[in-house]
Amino acid sequence: MTLLPQATGKKLGLVIDLDTCVGCQACVTACKGWNDRDGGQVGGLSDQDAYGARPSGTFLNRVHSYQVQVAQAAPQVVTFPRSCLHCEDAPCVTVCPTGASYKRAEDGIVLVNEDACIGCGLCAWACPYGAREMDADQGVMKKCTLCVDRIYNDSLPEEDREPACVRTCPTGARHFGDFADPDSAVSRLSAERGGYALMPDLKTRPVNRYLPPRKKGPSADAPLAPLLDVKATGFAGWLDRLLGKI
Amino acid sequence: MHPAPSVIVFTVLSGLGFGFLALLALGGLPVSGWGAFFCWGLGYGLAVVGLLASTFHLGHPERAWRAFSQWRSSWLSREGVSSVLALLVLAPMALSDWLGWGIERWLGGLGAVLCLATILCTSMIYAQLRTVPRWNHWLVPVTFLCFAATGAAILAVRLPWAYGLCALLALLLLAGWRVGDGAFAKAGQTIGTATGLDRLGEPSVFEPAHTAGNYLLREMIHVVGRRHSRKLRIIAVLFACLLPALLLALLPVHLAALLATAAHLIGAFAARWLFFAEAEHVVGLYYGKR
Repeated sequence: MTLLPQATGKKLGLVIDLDTCVGCQACVTACKGWNDRDGGQVGGLSDQDAYGARPSGTFLNRVHSYQVQVAQAAPQVVTFPRSCLHCEDAPCVTVCPTGASYKRAEDGIVLVNEDACIGCGLCAWACPYGAREMDADQGVMKKCTLCVDRIYNDSLPEEDREPACVRTCPTGARHFGDFADPDSAVSRLSAERGGYALMPDLKTRPVNRYLPPRKKGPSADAPLAPLLDVKATGFAGWLDRLLGKI
Repeated sequence: MHPAPSVIVFTVLSGLGFGFLALLALGGLPVSGWGAFFCWGLGYGLAVVGLLASTFHLGHPERAWRAFSQWRSSWLSREGVSSVLALLVLAPMALSDWLGWGIERWLGGLGAVLCLATILCTSMIYAQLRTVPRWNHWLVPVTFLCFAATGAAILAVRLPWAYGLCALLALLLLAGWRVGDGAFAKAGQTIGTATGLDRLGEPSVFEPAHTAGNYLLREMIHVVGRRHSRKLRIIAVLFACLLPALLLALLPVHLAALLATAAHLIGAFAARWLFFAEAEHVVGLYYGKR
């Protein structure tokens, strides 16, 4: 059913800390690894020309990097993971003609029923965040499932019952939890650090929050400048003084 | 956006087909006997060929029947439902015109409403998308409806209606381009709002997220099609509006219908190609592209 639920019991989602993220791509690899355990055959994420000149493939998570020109300071590089934000008003769900795209009433996870997907691509058009990619081999839409097959999976050790990207992040830049609970770790973290939503004007009401990079302390514009002010001594110094007078 | 040929063929042909069917249904072109058979057949043919073409871009066309289920939320589903309803409701009317059953015209009126609803649904698939500012405007459904009416009036040689509609369509196309060219800037989304890094400073792409292409770049960011946009705009207005009006004024009826419709279709294809190729999706912002 592609009508959105009135309200969801939980609002499961991620906090992504742009201050801690180092852009190592471990989340990209872990995501692909967990979601492609069959090598792109039936439910996996296929690749095309993987070892050739123009490799391409389906990924549910991509890490961008941006240079940010900060006012009166040196520019800053920010690495930026991008994946589904599990929006409360998910436009990708309501546009779906078949009911394949849906948002779960119990926890707010946005999923695709791949058996009902006709591969029209309209949901990917409706998503502002590029969270959905059509699998070129399977002809169905793929998206982040928030690792729904890990987080409720009793056969996994308890510490593994979180999304693969969160579990693998070596710097702890990714956090998983329930945003419906104002006292949850993710809700508190987002409130403390000024977590924000992407493109809020598009009225998608994303659940995921991004934590802005912390303000850097004052830094000299050119920390190496003093080293360049070399005072020549001896013969070179004499030559320097002499040439300076001519 | 990637201008998929199947979607261009679909929107142009089914738009003309449903427009012509609506005109026949309302009795705008009095036909009977084999003339009716030919005209209704042409309308059905255009509509059905267009609908079939639309399934060619699907990953799983065999599941297309599922698209009739979500009419409560999805314009694409509504389009499917109303197109099939229109074709079913109009069938007795068509048979009546052909075989002289004398069914009353109110059924045709109902069918015509469904034809127009189908075209409206098609246009709303695009106009509903906030992610593509150029499309997110009421001029899109109005232009789609005007295309259907103009095509039908040209095909049926309804004068002077065809002249007026040609002029109106030209104005709508020009208005659409004028509004559309400023739509992305007006929507206000930038690389700063897309990443939220505008709260820190001025972001720009440092390094691409991946070295080769992906679905998003192929589907949403189609730069090639925009290169000749100026020439294509002139071709679109010339062929879709001006040339058909001229041909209708100068040539005898049957030849005029044939040549003016052919010219109109060329213009419609050019306009629809641009409709997709010039549309910019906000996801391009993450890649520093439009």
